[in-house]
Amino acid sequence: MTATGMPHRAGFGAGVGRVFRARETGILIAFLAVTAIATGVNPTFVFSTDGWRNLLLTPTLLILLAIGEAMVIITRNVDLSVGSIFGLSAWTCGQVYLAFPHAPIVVIFIVGIVCGALLGLVNGLIVTIAKVPALVVTLGTLYIYRGIAVLWAGSNLIDPDNLPSDFQSLGHTSIWIIPKLTIIAVVVAVIAGWALRNLRAGREMYAIGSDPAAATLYGLRTRRRVLTAFILSGALAGLTGVLFLSYNAGASSQSGSGYELLAVAAAVVGGVAIFGGSGTILGAVIGALLLNTISNALPVVGIPDVWQQAITGALIIAAIILDRVLLLRSTRKLVIAEEASHV
Amino acid sequence: MSDEGRVAPPVLLLSQVAKSFGAVVALKNGTLTLEGGSIHALVGENGAGKSTIVKIIAGLYQRDSGEMQLRGETVDFKTTAEAKSAGIAVIYQEPTLFPDLSVTENIFMGRQPVKSLRRIDRAQMRRNALDLFARLGVGIDPDRPARGLSIADQQIIEIAKAISLDARVLIMDEPTAALSGIEVDRLFTIARALRDEGRAIAFISHRFDEIFALCDTITVMRDGEFISSGPIAETSVEIMVRQMVGRDIEQLFPKEPAEIGEPVLEVDRITEPGVFHDITFNVRSGEIVALAGLVGAGRSEVARAIFGVDPYKTGSVKLNGKTVPKRDPASSMRAGIGLVPEDRRGQGLVMGFSVAWNTTLAIRKRLARAGILTPSLENPVAARWASALQVKASALSTEVGTLSGGNQQKVVMAKWLATAPKLLIVDEPTRGIDVGTKSDIHRLISQLAGEGLGVLMISSELPEVLGMADRVLVMHEGRITAELDRADATSESVMFAATHGTAASA
Repeated sequence: MTATGMPHRAGFGAGVGRVFRARETGILIAFLAVTAIATGVNPTFVFSTDGWRNLLLTPTLLILLAIGEAMVIITRNVDLSVGSIFGLSAWTCGQVYLAFPHAPIVVIFIVGIVCGALLGLVNGLIVTIAKVPALVVTLGTLYIYRGIAVLWAGSNLIDPDNLPSDFQSLGHTSIWIIPKLTIIAVVVAVIAGWALRNLRAGREMYAIGSDPAAATLYGLRTRRRVLTAFILSGALAGLTGVLFLSYNAGASSQSGSGYELLAVAAAVVGGVAIFGGSGTILGAVIGALLLNTISNALPVVGIPDVWQQAITGALIIAAIILDRVLLLRSTRKLVIAEEASHV
Repeated sequence: MSDEGRVAPPVLLLSQVAKSFGAVVALKNGTLTLEGGSIHALVGENGAGKSTIVKIIAGLYQRDSGEMQLRGETVDFKTTAEAKSAGIAVIYQEPTLFPDLSVTENIFMGRQPVKSLRRIDRAQMRRNALDLFARLGVGIDPDRPARGLSIADQQIIEIAKAISLDARVLIMDEPTAALSGIEVDRLFTIARALRDEGRAIAFISHRFDEIFALCDTITVMRDGEFISSGPIAETSVEIMVRQMVGRDIEQLFPKEPAEIGEPVLEVDRITEPGVFHDITFNVRSGEIVALAGLVGAGRSEVARAIFGVDPYKTGSVKLNGKTVPKRDPASSMRAGIGLVPEDRRGQGLVMGFSVAWNTTLAIRKRLARAGILTPSLENPVAARWASALQVKASALSTEVGTLSGGNQQKVVMAKWLATAPKLLIVDEPTRGIDVGTKSDIHRLISQLAGEGLGVLMISSELPEVLGMADRVLVMHEGRITAELDRADATSESVMFAATHGTAASA
């Protein structure tokens, strides 16, 4: 009955085919093209200490947020509060330094991550137990968490004087030619990508997003998985807050505002389907790289940066249309293959 | 207990299991015995309680009372996961797979083989999937996504899943409803092989020929109750049908005699490929024509096509001799057709709005003055119909969402009667309605026919069909398989035509 010999082909040929068909490849090519054009116009875009560092360092915050966002979106939810969690965590860490100027860096990291994870836990509990759509819940907590930060911070600022120099230097130093923050983002991305691909919990997140009703029938622990996604998204937003505090050498009540939509955009542009069930961490990372590099490149190639948002918007819509088209095309192909296998 | 003295307890035993949802009793006495190495048929009309039993076994519902035993030990499944880990697998009519994930992942989700670091062993998993398919004798690509698989192949995936779990109990809920002949044969071969491995299989189907071809024993249910059980060899189609429907009918639905006049609706050979074929019939004024058959036979689709909501490819529909345009509900309404849909909450009413608003919904244009509609224009009309139909609502401004099912149905009917239709199509008019209001609705339909309206009534409840209809059309798999006059229509003849496609589909 098997008429399909081709999909069984394994090894190098199939591997190359998969790489070319992968959704991530297109985004990566777009990223390389933008970088190449900007470098053509102005070689310092890559080939200068500042240019190189900008290229790698500026996207790290968005990459971390996009990783968490991707996990949430894969479960067919969304987390709009990551920008506010980022801000509140950054502010909290700053306050810890005000109270304990000699706190070890590792403690600051733990404070930021735990703070973010708790805020994510609140999101996850409301979504899974009260069964309120994540869009509504996290839209609410976006304002609530930001409101807490505003109440707490008022018009005060954390400025460089409040932060120990070794913490500040973390945000600006490199190991060999790779900024330390970038290394952190890469390590997180590798772990998250590996877990989502290779652990049962990761695969179950895809299953839940692919068909929540089927996941329940299947007996998967949907509540626990969705809760985990929100906690991880919160924790990563908290970590982002710590890195921001270090890199920016300061924070205010408005730190991180606006990042939530960029995070969603990065994930979606990177091929994480907005209705869940498909997409990869790698895609989300490249999506974040692309969005960030476009905004860096526009001024270089002489396009006023007011166009940056329009281009980001166009990219999101293009990505969603592309997903839709690819889905329809692959469904048609699969149905045809299915029918052919019964002839 | 009937099984005392046996050596081994049955693999699965349900005894006197009951389940209610609020006031609705879905299952009064669910009694079912499944033995290893045997295929057991579970039959009954729509609403007999088969699906409720299946969902209780699957752990999706929890029983209110009664006993459920797995190999002699009482079990209470609170989740589908518990039922599954106890070795029970359910294959639903429309399997639920994860469309984005590969066939292999769909089989092993949640219990994938793992290597060090709890990493999923993909190669092993793929080999296991190929082994399963080899055992089942099917060639499905293990790497393709589940999206786009035929229903038959999706069921194979579900069966593969069940085998990989080493499920000792397999429940197949109408697995053949959407399959072609070859696919059914393949499924049966697999089912027999699983039986011969000693598994207990329950097979739910409306197709008697399949039941006799496949099953060893049978349980018949009716109205949520156990009726009989025994070896398949000791029963026959006639006995089964009588057990499925047997009930006193005439007293429930007092139909008033009406004068039957000229044809109002003439349907001529309408066909929509894959949905219904060559549907030809007419409805005369004063006549109630019932469209009977099993769920999924295509009855609602025919009704929706006549009203113009759904398409049909060939054929024609005429009302009072004039052709009704295809796919144009607005002109169907103008021509004088009303449709009381099955899903009254979703399609018949606007739940958040008032009784008055809903009643006048279909005649808004006519009522409005200079395009503006005020309560003073709506209320007199609404009040007239509400009292004519005895709608029990505290006020015309009451939201229809707060009314009982029966009163909601009256509002939907009032909406159409306000348009002074010539033909009223009612789809499952009394589904989910309490007994008292049920007879109100029946009396109303009968009265309307008496006033010269043509009525096309779709109903899955045989007593309703037999009690109300002047003529019964029976559909089976998209075709009309019998046309019976009131005198000839019996439970047996209707049920036989509803389950046997062969009679007229040549």
